[in-house]
Amino acid sequence: MFLDGRMTALSIVNLVYRWPRQQAVCLDIPRFDIAAGEHVFLHGPSGGGKSTLLGLLGGVAVPERGSIELLGSDITRLSGHSRDRFRADHIGFIFQQFNLLPWLSALDNVLLPCTFSARRLTRAGTAREAATRLLTHLDLAADAWHKPAGELSVGQQQRVAAARALIGRPEILIADEPTSALDAPRQQIFIDLLLAEAKAEGAALLFVSHDERLAAHFDRKIALCDINRAGTIEP
Amino acid sequence: MRAILTLAVKSAWARRLTLGVTLCAIALASALLFAVERVRHDARQSFTQAVSGVDLVVGARSGSVQLMLYAVFRAGSATHNIRWESFEAIATHPAVDWAVPLVLGDSHRGFAVLGTTPDYFRHFRYSDQRALGFAAGQAFADVFETVLGSAVAAELRLEVGDRITLTHGMAEAGPGHDDKPFTVVGILAPTGTPVDRSVHVNLESISAIHLDWVAGAPLPGLAIPAEFVKKFDLQPKEITAFLVGLKNRADVFRLQRHINGYRGEPLMAVMPGVALDELWQTLGMIEQTLLAMSALVVVIGLAGLLATMLASLNERRRELAILRALGASPRELFLLLTAEGLLVTTLGVAFGLGLLAVGTFFFAPLLQAHFGIILQWRLFAPNEWLLLAAILATGLVASLIPGWRAWRMSLADGLTPRN
Ligand SMILES: Nc1ncnc2c1ncn2[C@@H]1O[C@H](COP(=O)(O)OP(=O)(O)O)[C@@H](O)[C@H]1O
Ligand SMILES: [Mg+2]
Repeated sequence: MFLDGRMTALSIVNLVYRWPRQQAVCLDIPRFDIAAGEHVFLHGPSGGGKSTLLGLLGGVAVPERGSIELLGSDITRLSGHSRDRFRADHIGFIFQQFNLLPWLSALDNVLLPCTFSARRLTRAGTAREAATRLLTHLDLAADAWHKPAGELSVGQQQRVAAARALIGRPEILIADEPTSALDAPRQQIFIDLLLAEAKAEGAALLFVSHDERLAAHFDRKIALCDINRAGTIEP
Repeated sequence: MRAILTLAVKSAWARRLTLGVTLCAIALASALLFAVERVRHDARQSFTQAVSGVDLVVGARSGSVQLMLYAVFRAGSATHNIRWESFEAIATHPAVDWAVPLVLGDSHRGFAVLGTTPDYFRHFRYSDQRALGFAAGQAFADVFETVLGSAVAAELRLEVGDRITLTHGMAEAGPGHDDKPFTVVGILAPTGTPVDRSVHVNLESISAIHLDWVAGAPLPGLAIPAEFVKKFDLQPKEITAFLVGLKNRADVFRLQRHINGYRGEPLMAVMPGVALDELWQTLGMIEQTLLAMSALVVVIGLAGLLATMLASLNERRRELAILRALGASPRELFLLLTAEGLLVTTLGVAFGLGLLAVGTFFFAPLLQAHFGIILQWRLFAPNEWLLLAAILATGLVASLIPGWRAWRMSLADGLTPRN
């Protein structure tokens, strides 16, 4: 439950996962923790199982064995419905690309989590204000707010996605290669904005990338192969 | 749940062009199906209720169906008239209880004018041996008096005491008989038969308005004022058809043979029940085929919906993963797609019913004029509710399939679809 005296945001014990209809174990993680508010950079080669791990953390997949404790509750013991509720209430996701519903405006995309989770709606205060504040902090010009998300540039879309992950102050942020679609100069800018907002909201951040060079401003940097025994057994 | 349904509407709106085309197809298909069903139902109603208590309908020799159509349903017209002497010869046959002559050919604002005798109101029966009743006034007793069917009075807002003029032929803008107006002396109670849409006058009136006419056109330079018509012989020389009631129904075949073999001119007598059955058998086949075909058209429309939605599902795989990340359950994604399909189906059927209403308004008079079918303005009949339920149920099935696919897809994809 606690790590270095801080409450854990995430705590994995003896996790084993295998994709359906596959022989090889994809993940075998004896132990992995993230403290509340901690910013962790997780890297590893493509196909190493990073996205698979994030799916398990989000509760869209269930491990064969082991426990995944998020904010003190073991989500592997929850029903599918409760896992979905938990994800809506406590986790903000950002993916590599195409994070948004292209036919909603940027602002409406940011507001989506508040329609799925009453908790995040309450924590956002005045949801519209919270959304515009986040978009401003993330440097999205106001004239882009009301455009359909599909018309924004990739860089703008990723910032809208970050605002959406942050709205309603979820305790855990999960970012799966969110900068891979951006050109090099913009990658660091995006990461810095994200880190600053995560800090301001007090959220733990698990940032996943195959590109180790981006790890500079994180509290901790981990290679998946260091925590995942399954990867090392492979010939 | 509410969030998902709101999104279903918004996402459908975002793809309004493709879905709109599908929606139109469903609207047209269901309008067609409802129209066929309604015409079918009302045709059966019209044909079975139109006449009863008449043993024989007699006219010039032609087809029995054609004779029934013009003599009873005021649809189409006779190719030949029959002579008054022929009518008298058969009317005085010992087996005949009563005979009522009919003259057709004029109209008032699209409604057929029937020249006959006051006996018509006494002997004519419709539906289940029901006699004609007067909602107002009484039968005509003199020339230039008229009795209106209920629909004529209602649609033209006519009352007893009003005056109308007749037109030669069935066209609304045909040559007129404006110089000889008629006074409404009676209005019949509604019957749901072609009687409602007829204007009744006596035989002498028909002769009177044609006194100064020859071969379907006014004689130039000759105009006989209405006051003077009684100085002329108004006994008609020809009639269109006549109805016969027998003293003893057992004589019907004997009299029918007698009339069909009448020496004076080629006549034909038909038994209304038999002729209607014949008419119905011809139509029944067409009717069943039409109904089956329009049901098929609806199925094709809904298959179009299914195809559109399945095609869009691949593009939307990413969207489903996003919704999943936001906390939507696979069940909710199932609901999203199903709700979207049902929305399109329901709107489509609603538009279809709107089309049907508009179509009924425009085509009902045509159906009446050409086929004698009276389309009723009414709320849904029970069989139409059934049809509606069947369409919606088929739409539901068509929508469940993309819903089920989305559910399966979201389970397999998790948060990161692999294309
Ligand atoms: N939906 C899936 N079904 C089956 N196997 C999968 C699926 N997604 C990923 N995998 C397998 O899991 C392994 C890890 O993939 P992934 O977690 O996407 O790696 P990474 O995100 O590190 O690139 C891969 O070998 C891949 O074949
Ligand atoms: Mg990945």
